[in-house]
Amino acid sequence: MFNFAFQNQKQEHMSIQQKSEDLKKRMQAALQGGGTKAIEKQISMGKMTARERILALLDPESFHEYDLFVEHAGKDFDMDKKYLPGDGVVTGTGTINGYPVCIFAQDFTVAGGSLGYMHAKKITKIMDHAMKLGVPLIGINDSGGARIQEGVNSLAGYGEIFWRNTMASGVIPQISVILGPCAGGAVYSPALTDFVFVVENISKMFITGPEVIKTVLGEEISMEDLGGAKVHAQITGNAHFYAETELECFAQIKKLLEYIPWNNRRKALPFPPKAPKTNQYKIENIFPADPQKPYDIRNIIKAIVDGSEFFEVMELFAPNIVIGFARMNGETVGIVANQPLVLAGVLDCDSSDKAARFVRFCDAFNIPILTFVDLPGYLPGIDQEHAGVIRHGAKLLYAYSEATVPKITVILRKAYGGGYIAMASSHLRADFVFAWPTAEIAVMGPEGAANIIFRNEIMNAENPEEVRRQKVAEYREKFANPYVAAAYGHIDAVIDPNSTRKFIIHALSISANKSVQTPKKKHGIPPF
Amino acid sequence: MSDKNQNFIVFELDDERYTTLPTVKFLNRKRWMKKDEKQVTAFIPGIIHKIHVKKGNTVKRGDVLLELEAMKMYNQVVCPLKQAKVKKILVKEQDKVIKDQVLIILE
Repeated sequence: MFNFAFQNQKQEHMSIQQKSEDLKKRMQAALQGGGTKAIEKQISMGKMTARERILALLDPESFHEYDLFVEHAGKDFDMDKKYLPGDGVVTGTGTINGYPVCIFAQDFTVAGGSLGYMHAKKITKIMDHAMKLGVPLIGINDSGGARIQEGVNSLAGYGEIFWRNTMASGVIPQISVILGPCAGGAVYSPALTDFVFVVENISKMFITGPEVIKTVLGEEISMEDLGGAKVHAQITGNAHFYAETELECFAQIKKLLEYIPWNNRRKALPFPPKAPKTNQYKIENIFPADPQKPYDIRNIIKAIVDGSEFFEVMELFAPNIVIGFARMNGETVGIVANQPLVLAGVLDCDSSDKAARFVRFCDAFNIPILTFVDLPGYLPGIDQEHAGVIRHGAKLLYAYSEATVPKITVILRKAYGGGYIAMASSHLRADFVFAWPTAEIAVMGPEGAANIIFRNEIMNAENPEEVRRQKVAEYREKFANPYVAAAYGHIDAVIDPNSTRKFIIHALSISANKSVQTPKKKHGIPPF
Repeated sequence: MSDKNQNFIVFELDDERYTTLPTVKFLNRKRWMKKDEKQVTAFIPGIIHKIHVKKGNTVKRGDVLLELEAMKMYNQVVCPLKQAKVKKILVKEQDKVIKDQVLIILE
């Protein structure tokens, strides 16, 4: 135990004032973390300290810290002679925009934020609180990894955290903020949580670092190129939000919390309804009727949602599908939309994963799902087939089919083949499917379809090109429209694009008490 | 992907042509090549620990050709063909090899 000078004072009868003084001294000793030198080093790396981060994120005066006097449990390698203030992690509760949260922040200045037995106990204690209280959990990760001196106890600590992450999944929102290294086993706690935030030049996540890769494999790579913020936001899909500074990252977290509920028994808090800025986002100006022309689907979303405010999730990863939160008539909705601007909006391994997980988040937290459809199908390619586009693509079918929150789908242009089915079609139990008059709901595009159906006629014609063109036009006229699907009742209404908002708001309001009976089961087996 | 100055590509799917932006991953996708079973490659990067065969040896499926030290293990690299002859050995003991490097050619 750390030998405080003031412990040697006369023990007789300290007054309450003296006792308070004693407490203050103890707190001061603990609050200095790893000391001036370590704090200077933290700052020189462009990072804030653990407590600074919590204070910057939470409402002023709202943070209440617990377990400040926890001491580490290391007995071997002379660890028993060391004092590690708070054992390298700060935990507590507070509010963000008045919204209650449980929070922990690893303190890199104390033994590199390494995770020992008591460090993990502090984290699991605050996780248990979050579960009991039904409030979101925010974890700020900045740690060198397991505390080697504590051996298997630090592994036990990680395991206890992972189990709680899994139990809390779908019960309370879990947010991980990577503000430093997060390596080895430590990465799996963020991976099990709902939203991972990373910051340029600060976040580093990997299973094995550049050193090990170099010795084992002889490959050289920098930490940033291996597992920096951009890599996880763009390539791996491990991160949901990317920021350039810690403060920008905190602003993103605050914004996210406004869109989601405290727990799975609640709904997100409503906001005052706001009309979209239809002067700036005029559908006839941003939307080309020609199905081969690109446009930014986010502008269509902004033309429809409250205040034209769309909070995008995973903006950089698989940008051929767009996901995010917005509000309709003041209520939070989750949006999934094909992005014709990128890769024609196709579904592939990454975009299916991205959308499927988001759909499951929305379903778990009572957030209705709005789907905008404009896609030519699945991405062809050997790399896609071999990467398992079958099982990845199946995740999206599963997620939509399983979701019981209100599901509303708007088909804008192309809805071809398997892509039509996957994108929240009525067959996967979308509650309402609307189509714009520009919609083409068909088994495939007119060119491809005509080439197959009229192959013989085209081949045997005197002027094949002429006949081909004729047949394509014929097919386009007959099938490249929403009316065939409407005739069979596969869609509920063909609507004027400018009435989309009205239809969606009505559909949402009458779906408020939607209830669905699902077969009794322990859980399904999604194609993970 | 929201940069304005990116280059649009024409993307073809089911005979339809779409003007669109590519993703980084799409541009960096690997070209597929059929694996030649006669070329025995390293399935993991590592160090050649011991070579068990000589040029001209006859080997059958499952015979250990060499041991590759990687991930704290001596991993056995075995003959993938029912019956073959060692045509060429391209590495020697203690060589560091990368993943998919050709180690032995069979015939």
